[in-house]
Amino acid sequence: MAALLTVENLKTYFHSYRGLVKAVDGLSLYVNQKEIIGLVGESGCGKSVSMLSILQLIPTPPGEIMSGRAMFDGQDLLQYEAKGEKMSSIRGAKIAMIFQEPMTSLNPVLTIGRQLTESLEIHLNMEPQTARERAVELLRLVGIPDAKDRLDAYPHQFSGGMRQRVMIAIALSCNPAILIADEPTTAVDVTTQAQLLELMQEMVTKFSTALVIVTHNLGVVARYAERIYVMYSGRIIESGLSDDIFLNPHHPYTIGLLKCVPQLGETREEKKLVPIKGMPPNLINMPENCAFLPRCEYSLERCRREPWPPLTQLEGQHYVSCYADIREKP
Amino acid sequence: MNEAQKQSVIDILNLKMYFPINRGLLRRKVGEIKAVDDVSFAIRKNETLGLVGESGCGKTTIGRCILRLYKPTAGKIVFNGTDISKMKEDRIRPLRSQVGAIFQDPYGSLNPRQTASTIVGMPLIVHGMAERGKYNERVEELFRLVGLDPSMMDRVPHEFSGGQRQRLGIARALACQPSLIICDEPVSALDVSIQAQIINLLENIQEQLGLTYLFIAHDLSVVQHISNRVAVMYLGRIIEITNSRELYANPLHPYTKALLSAVPVPNPVIERTRTRIVLKGEVPSPADPPAGCHFHPRCNLATTECTETKPMLRDVGNGHEVACLKV
Repeated sequence: MAALLTVENLKTYFHSYRGLVKAVDGLSLYVNQKEIIGLVGESGCGKSVSMLSILQLIPTPPGEIMSGRAMFDGQDLLQYEAKGEKMSSIRGAKIAMIFQEPMTSLNPVLTIGRQLTESLEIHLNMEPQTARERAVELLRLVGIPDAKDRLDAYPHQFSGGMRQRVMIAIALSCNPAILIADEPTTAVDVTTQAQLLELMQEMVTKFSTALVIVTHNLGVVARYAERIYVMYSGRIIESGLSDDIFLNPHHPYTIGLLKCVPQLGETREEKKLVPIKGMPPNLINMPENCAFLPRCEYSLERCRREPWPPLTQLEGQHYVSCYADIREKP
Repeated sequence: MNEAQKQSVIDILNLKMYFPINRGLLRRKVGEIKAVDDVSFAIRKNETLGLVGESGCGKTTIGRCILRLYKPTAGKIVFNGTDISKMKEDRIRPLRSQVGAIFQDPYGSLNPRQTASTIVGMPLIVHGMAERGKYNERVEELFRLVGLDPSMMDRVPHEFSGGQRQRLGIARALACQPSLIICDEPVSALDVSIQAQIINLLENIQEQLGLTYLFIAHDLSVVQHISNRVAVMYLGRIIEITNSRELYANPLHPYTKALLSAVPVPNPVIERTRTRIVLKGEVPSPADPPAGCHFHPRCNLATTECTETKPMLRDVGNGHEVACLKV
């Protein structure tokens, strides 16, 4: 089965006064049909920028997509004009996106109904009346009570969790092939987070949509994602099936990430946390070698001498970008 | 006063904090938000008490009442033997040297125009605790205590990273050698790899200096890791309080169970076997909370009794207290 979306060697740089920021520096990934993918990394590692690049939503200037391909439906999305018709027919229709802040991503002066029917009318050429009926149906699907009356409400009349449900409804309205959820649950409480994640999983199964969950929380993707990409400083440093990443991590950063989060049921007497020393790198004028080197506990002489290690296959779908073989260390 | 109370640093007794809702042209009071509604607990010396709950449940309000940033509507806050809940403003100030506070936002809680050493040393000056000639020495000591290089003393906040700023906030809270520190979401604004550094720092200085913490956070796995005992709040009330091991192994309140099951665990094998209790609906407005047990509209055990009777916290053994009529 051919991949639905294949991103190859994507590079998105930002030109700032203080130097060149390589926000995404040679990222490759693919998304299969109906698959749930996790893209994990800390803030500033380029996870959002890479997703925005695919949809050509990067403000230019200062940003610039330097190179790369994003193959979708046999076409390279990056060749399209950013504001052109072809890109618009994909964005929101075939590839939809949910953002972190449900308050700022909904227009506060338009009713929910207007925002829901907009994409239906534009992308699917629906008549206003049919679009409205479809909108009620969508709201009901994402679990909003009294959907018919709520259609005329404004975003501020909804709670954070409800707004995010509306966002999910808007994103799914045109039956996209891929849904990208960028930190969909970061601004909400845990019980709401659980509700939203279960809802998203249910919805993508129903609509046969592939889902990319972009998050900094490893726990969020452990339950849902089939495959996981771990990003650090603009690159994928490890990728593989969920079990590969969580049970058999090979990159020192992935190992560190798993050791530094407290797990439910572990108190401090039983297990001290092992933090990753240092802090995430400043992306301005980065050196050529591995960005994780200053924080790495497994570093070798080779890491200092040679440029960033390429992603190499360990076994099956498990790839890692590291010179050190962690199996040799205790 | 019994033996247990003698050892406690702080005793909260039936604390209530109501905020008025004013509406209309004359700003007449039309209702109340019961942010904290009849809450009692104690924190013993050298202990960390975790306070968890979802946003709007009143956990931060409790912290602010203890700092006396709010004047409680009713109830007692007995701090080191004296009730501070009704104390006059001029007597509160010296008290604040004994209660430190660490806040969530390491960007908003530091004055951007002060140098790091001023930020950390200010409490010493305000409370007259800076001995002549020893001031600089003490500030340097505080820097080292939180793992910051004293050579960074003359920098201003924007030159520090988020984690370093939070260390500055901790140094400031420690300056006057307080007997209690209120940590209000101290790690939730930080990156995951930095969170562990700050959690470990808080744990280490607690052991080193014999500190007592009230640790307020919404992340149950963090709270459970750092706390000896955990109190779970829902809509202004404590619904369950017990030691953190017991809370995880044997949660009794249906809300605690749902909350625990909603916390994601970074392990797919565990996740596959876990059943997730997805609560229906949302947290009701604290301006108009449901009668009886606040949780009854979302509870799967609820009966008519729950809609009428307010459940009180009761001990079910080993200091495990729960407020539910059905367990």
